[in-house]
Amino acid sequence: MKPQTAGNQPAVPGSERTRLAASGARAVTLAQLSHQPRGDRLRGTIFMTLILFAVSLALIGLVAIIVQAAVKGAPAFSTDLITNGPSTINPEQSGFRPALLGTLYLIIGVIVLVVPLGISAAVYLEEYADGTRWWNRLIELNVQNLAGVPSIIYGILGLAFIVRGPLDLGFILAAGSMTLALLVLPTVILASREAIRAVPPSIREGSLALGATQWQTIRRQVLPAAIPGVVTGVILAISRAIGETAPLLLVGAATFVTFSPTFFGDNGYTALPVLIFNYAARPQDEFRVLAAAGVILMLIVLLAMNSFAIWLRNRYEQQW
Amino acid sequence: MSEKLEERAPEENADHAGLSQKIAVRETTPSDVDPWAGDRVFELNNVSVSYGSSLAVNDVSMQIQKNEVTALIGPSGCGKSTLLRCLNRMNDLIPAARVNGEVLYHGQDLYGSKVDPVQVRKLIGMVFQKPNPFPKSIFDNVAFGPRILGLGNVEDRVEKALRGAALWDEVKDRLDDNAYGMSGGQQQRLCIARTMAVDPEVILMDEPCSALDPISTAKIEDLMNELKEQFSIVIVTHNMQQAARVSDKTAFLIVEMDAAEGNRWGQLVEYDETDRIFTNPQDGRTEDYVTGKVG
Repeated sequence: MKPQTAGNQPAVPGSERTRLAASGARAVTLAQLSHQPRGDRLRGTIFMTLILFAVSLALIGLVAIIVQAAVKGAPAFSTDLITNGPSTINPEQSGFRPALLGTLYLIIGVIVLVVPLGISAAVYLEEYADGTRWWNRLIELNVQNLAGVPSIIYGILGLAFIVRGPLDLGFILAAGSMTLALLVLPTVILASREAIRAVPPSIREGSLALGATQWQTIRRQVLPAAIPGVVTGVILAISRAIGETAPLLLVGAATFVTFSPTFFGDNGYTALPVLIFNYAARPQDEFRVLAAAGVILMLIVLLAMNSFAIWLRNRYEQQW
Repeated sequence: MSEKLEERAPEENADHAGLSQKIAVRETTPSDVDPWAGDRVFELNNVSVSYGSSLAVNDVSMQIQKNEVTALIGPSGCGKSTLLRCLNRMNDLIPAARVNGEVLYHGQDLYGSKVDPVQVRKLIGMVFQKPNPFPKSIFDNVAFGPRILGLGNVEDRVEKALRGAALWDEVKDRLDDNAYGMSGGQQQRLCIARTMAVDPEVILMDEPCSALDPISTAKIEDLMNELKEQFSIVIVTHNMQQAARVSDKTAFLIVEMDAAEGNRWGQLVEYDETDRIFTNPQDGRTEDYVTGKVG
C-alpha cells in the first residue's frame, strides 16, 4: 500500500532525481519481499501434503465407519430400536431397550459416585495438600497413572472387590456403576483439578482478606467459578464410561437380557456396547443389522453428550 | 469509631477503654504539634520476614498511627509488600514464610498463639495491586463479606460501602451486572467498597493504583483522604508523588545486598512524617531516592 501512495504523490514534485531514487528503493524492497528459495517452497508444500494426508486418513476412517454402520443399520431405524428388547423369536422387531436403560442407570450411578469423590479429591489436592510432602506427591503420581490403566484391570478389580470379596454385592447393576466410577475417577479428578487451578489466586486472596475462612473461600468462590470446567470434565469422563465393555463383562453385564434393569436386582443387566457386541456375534442377518443400528444409536448418545459439554464450556467458562 | 468497636468482642472494648484513658492523659498536656501523639494501631518491633532460608525483610521497627495514611515506599524488591502482608497475616498463605519479631495490633501480638488469622483479616482488610473483583454481580461482590460474616442489613451495608467508595452514583442502576464489565478504576473502587463493607479498622493497600490510569488514580487518592477519617490506611506504592500526595507518614525501605552470598533483603532506612521525608530527609539514601538520583 505505502509505496503506491508514495509513488502517486512524490515528496518533491518535479524533482526527477527524487522520483528515480524512490522508484529504485521500491524495486529493491520488492526484490527482497518476493525472493524465496525454490527449495524452501518445495519443502513447505511436501510437509503440508503429509499433514493433510494424516488428517484425512483419520477423518476418512471415522467417516467410513459411521457411513457403513448407518447404511447397514438403516433398515432397523424405527422406534422399535429403543422401545423393544432383544428377542430370538422375533429378531426383526428386536431393539435395545434394556441396554439403553442399563446404560442410563449405570451412568446415573457413576455420576452419583464420581462427582462428590472426584471434586473432593481435586479440592484436597489443589487447595489443601502441601505439594512438598512425599505422600501428596505419591497420590498425585498415582492419580495420573491410574488415568492410563487399561479398563480390563478395573473389571478384574471390580470382580474381586465389589462383586465378590470384601463387598460381595453379586452381579448387580450397582456393582457395574461402582466399577465404571473407579475407572473414570482419575479422569474426573484431573479435569476438576484443572478447573480449580484455573481460578486465579487473586480471587482466593480477595476472599480471605475479607475474613472468609478457607472453606468459605472454596465453597463460595473457588468451586462456583470452577463448576463449568468440572462439569465438562465429568461429561467427557461419562462418555468414556458409556463406551466401556470389557470391565462390564467381568462384573456381570449379561449379553442377552430381555427385561428392564434395576440398580440392585440380581437378575442381570446389560449395556449398549455389550448388547451390540452380542448382536454382532449372532449368525442371523437381522441381528447384524441391529448391531449396526446400535452403533449409530450409541454414537448419537455420545455426540449429544460431547456437544453438551462443549456448549457448557463455551457458555459458562469464566474469562479472567 | 466507638460505635464500631462496641460491636466487637468485649475484651477489645476493654482495650479501647484503656486506650481512651491514655488519650485523655495526653490531651491534658498540649500535644497537638506532636505528630506521634495520636492513637497507635500497629507497633512493629524488630520484625523480620523470611521465605524459607532467604531473608526478605530485616529488622523493621515502626509505629503506625490511627486514622492516618502511612505509606511504604522503596525500590522493587525492598520487601514493602511483604511487610504490608505481615499486618493482616496474608503471609500465612505462603507456607514457607516466617515472621520473627512482634507485630502488635493495639498491644496484642498478631502472631500470638491464640490469634486466629481469619479474625485478624476481618479487622484488617486489604486491597490488592490488580483489581480482583469476584466473578459475580456488583452487588454480590460487596455483599459477599457481610454475608459470610453474618452481618445484618446487607443491602444497607452495600449501599453505604459503595457510597463510601464514591461508586454508588456510577453503579446504582446496574448493581446486578457482572463486575467484570466495569472499568479498571471502577473495579478497584469496588474492591475498596468490598473491604469497607465488613467494617474493618485498618485497610491495607498494596500498590492500589499501579494498574490504573491517571484519572482513576486521582479518584482513589481523593478517596483515601476521606477514608482516613474512618479507617487507618497503610499503602504500599512505588510512586513517590503518590506517597507525597496522600500520606501523613512515610517509611522508606531499600534493598540491601550481600555481594559475597548473593542475598538481597529489604531494610527500613527512615520513617517519619511525609513532609520531612520529602523535604528534609535525615538519611542520604532517602534523599537520593526521593530526589530521583537512584531508583
